[in-house]
Amino acid sequence: MTDRDLAFVVFDGVQKSYDGETLVVKDLNLEIARGEFLTMLGPSGSGKTTCLMMLAGFEVATHGQINLGGRPINNIPPHKRGIGMVFQNYALFPHMTVAENLAFPLQVRRMGRAEVQEKVQRALDMVQMGGSEFAGRRPAQLSGGQQQRVALARALVFEPDLVLMDEPLGALDKQLREHMQFEIKHLHERLGVTVVYVTHDQSEALTMSDRIAVFNDGVIQQLATPEDLYERPENAFVAQFIGENNKLDGTVASLTDSEARVHLDGAGEIGALAVSCGAVGSRTMLSIRPERVLIADSSAPNQLDAKVVELIYLGDHIRCRMEVAGRDDFVVKVPNSARHSVLQVGQTTPVGWLTDDCRALDAA
Amino acid sequence: MANGENVSGPILAADGRPLKQSLARALRLQKLRALALIAPLLIFVLVSFVAPITDMLFRSVENAIVPDTLPLTVAALEDWDESAGKLPGEEVFAALHQDLLVAVAAKAHTKLGSRLNYEQTGVASLLRKTGRRVKRMEEDGDLAAQFAKIHKSWADPETWATIKRFSSAYTSGYFLNAVDAKLGATGIEARPENERIYIFLFERTLLLSVVITVACLLIGYPVAFLLATLPMRTSNMLMILVLLPFWTSLLVRTSAWKVLLQQQGVINDTLVFIGLVANDGRLAMINNQTGTIIAMTHILLPFMILPLYSVMRTIPPSYMRAAKSLGATDWTAFWRVYFPQSVPGIGAGAILVFILSIGYYITPELVGGTSGTFISNRIAYHISSSLNWGLAAALGVILLMVVLVLYWLYDRIIGIDNVKLG
Repeated sequence: MTDRDLAFVVFDGVQKSYDGETLVVKDLNLEIARGEFLTMLGPSGSGKTTCLMMLAGFEVATHGQINLGGRPINNIPPHKRGIGMVFQNYALFPHMTVAENLAFPLQVRRMGRAEVQEKVQRALDMVQMGGSEFAGRRPAQLSGGQQQRVALARALVFEPDLVLMDEPLGALDKQLREHMQFEIKHLHERLGVTVVYVTHDQSEALTMSDRIAVFNDGVIQQLATPEDLYERPENAFVAQFIGENNKLDGTVASLTDSEARVHLDGAGEIGALAVSCGAVGSRTMLSIRPERVLIADSSAPNQLDAKVVELIYLGDHIRCRMEVAGRDDFVVKVPNSARHSVLQVGQTTPVGWLTDDCRALDAA
Repeated sequence: MANGENVSGPILAADGRPLKQSLARALRLQKLRALALIAPLLIFVLVSFVAPITDMLFRSVENAIVPDTLPLTVAALEDWDESAGKLPGEEVFAALHQDLLVAVAAKAHTKLGSRLNYEQTGVASLLRKTGRRVKRMEEDGDLAAQFAKIHKSWADPETWATIKRFSSAYTSGYFLNAVDAKLGATGIEARPENERIYIFLFERTLLLSVVITVACLLIGYPVAFLLATLPMRTSNMLMILVLLPFWTSLLVRTSAWKVLLQQQGVINDTLVFIGLVANDGRLAMINNQTGTIIAMTHILLPFMILPLYSVMRTIPPSYMRAAKSLGATDWTAFWRVYFPQSVPGIGAGAILVFILSIGYYITPELVGGTSGTFISNRIAYHISSSLNWGLAAALGVILLMVVLVLYWLYDRIIGIDNVKLG
């Protein structure tokens, strides 16, 4: 991947304010590579949709510059940007049939009738809606999943280099949503189109994306691959937002190269990987994933006493809520093996983990 | 079902009655209660709306006054052949004499005169004059000659033909009159050129109503679009401005147009001051069609804007965004995506404005002059001045039929379920 490719879409110091008093997007710097699937993930009100709308041209950046394919697009109206977009509610034109909806972007580009027909059919085939019964139907006569496919086909039919998707699967039920996630992912791989995807659903982001930009409070908290984001969160927000997380509060007692000794509020001192904790004496939040906690395993270097508060049977594993270092929301996922019978509610057992699995982050 | 008898028979409820019967019984009480709730309104509407209107419309064909006032004459005239051009025989004159004696005692002969005067001018005075002298006539003498002596019209077969033609209890006379025709000696015939007025008035009413509807649409559409797309605070302010006319008296609004549009009015003064119009060439904008169109467009504008607005508000902005993201210019996005979705609002607004304007009375009366009055002004004239209620009712029925036919046409062409008021 060359540098030019990496900078297919560039946000350069972009700020956005609606009322002139608060910034919805604060100093956004982001480079998206050609052919990449990038997801903007964050809670509602974090500025991710605003970023997408600025890229599509429906919102004007208050400050900074947005480049697409090497040229600044701040002053280019949306219809000249050539960006495909899938909207949250699909925005399929209700007074047109499926075929007319798909033909619309081609007709406004003044393509010939035969060419339009061919491209519409190809786009419908692409989303498995090529059957003759669908082309003549109105959007209201389609199911939610079918509308979703048509919206997808319409955003792709004029072969844009960049497709934006604004929570396109939000209205579908869970099963269909998961199915469509794979379809969109495969479509992306097949067409090589660049996709910027906005969602607040982290599992959707983890499933589909090449890279994820986690937004909070108008700032990208971390931009990384799904694996990095889960395994190596760089701050407390990301650790809490992505996946399940156990947190323990404490104070940094000593720091060596990469290891911090942390004095826990509840009791004891343990070792952790120093990621973004401050200097000695500052407050820190320790993050440990539930599946990395070892129960009654003497080989673990960090050991604390835990009291079992609740056991929930989930088939493949048992969720065990424990009281550790004064907090009773410490969750451990115990694999469903012969060992689980050891645990009883009310029982006290040592828990431990590897130093690398416990990350000392900023105190949120 | 194991039991063979039950397969074909009706399904039974637990108490052995047929299920349908039980259901109907259970629902009857509910229906009665619902009916009782709407009964006050229903009675009110029937008594104060349906009944008077039906009675009024019925007057357009009602003609009982002739057979009621002249029962003997009507019976005697049955054998008389009007096309022969001869006077009826003595027995008819005798019957008329008897009838008139009764009628004069009841003072009914003048009413009969007014009624027949609609069909043949002069009958009113003829009957008044005859009524004054009928008591002094000699019953055994030559009645035909005596009648002819009172008034020469009695010697004219045409007078008798008119009485015979309108002797039945129901008549098409008012309707024929309303479409510039009459029942002549040889059947239905058109009125003379110089007496025709109603067809022309109907045409003008329809034409001006179409012009007003189109003007309302052209002016109202952008306003409704702004209302639906501006931020809440601004659009609320604008909405108040749209509704403001509703809080002002109709008469005040219409009179205000007089002040603005008259020859020595604000607009003409301004145009003369700018130099666009010469002082002796001031524009005539009031007391003619222009005045009616301007004032009625202004007054009916809210009825176009409100349905348009309520439909436009339901069109999500994401459609326009989607169209633009697909490469459409602002105009294409509007014309191909937004406009088709606002058509139900246009339909509702246009029907509302058109039907209101076709029956409008006050504004054309005040600013219409002679060239800008509507059929409704003529109806009002017959109701309150000429007291020819039968003709007024006939004109009203025709107006109602025109509206219904247009409504039906609209339903056939566009579909009434395409009309949305919100």
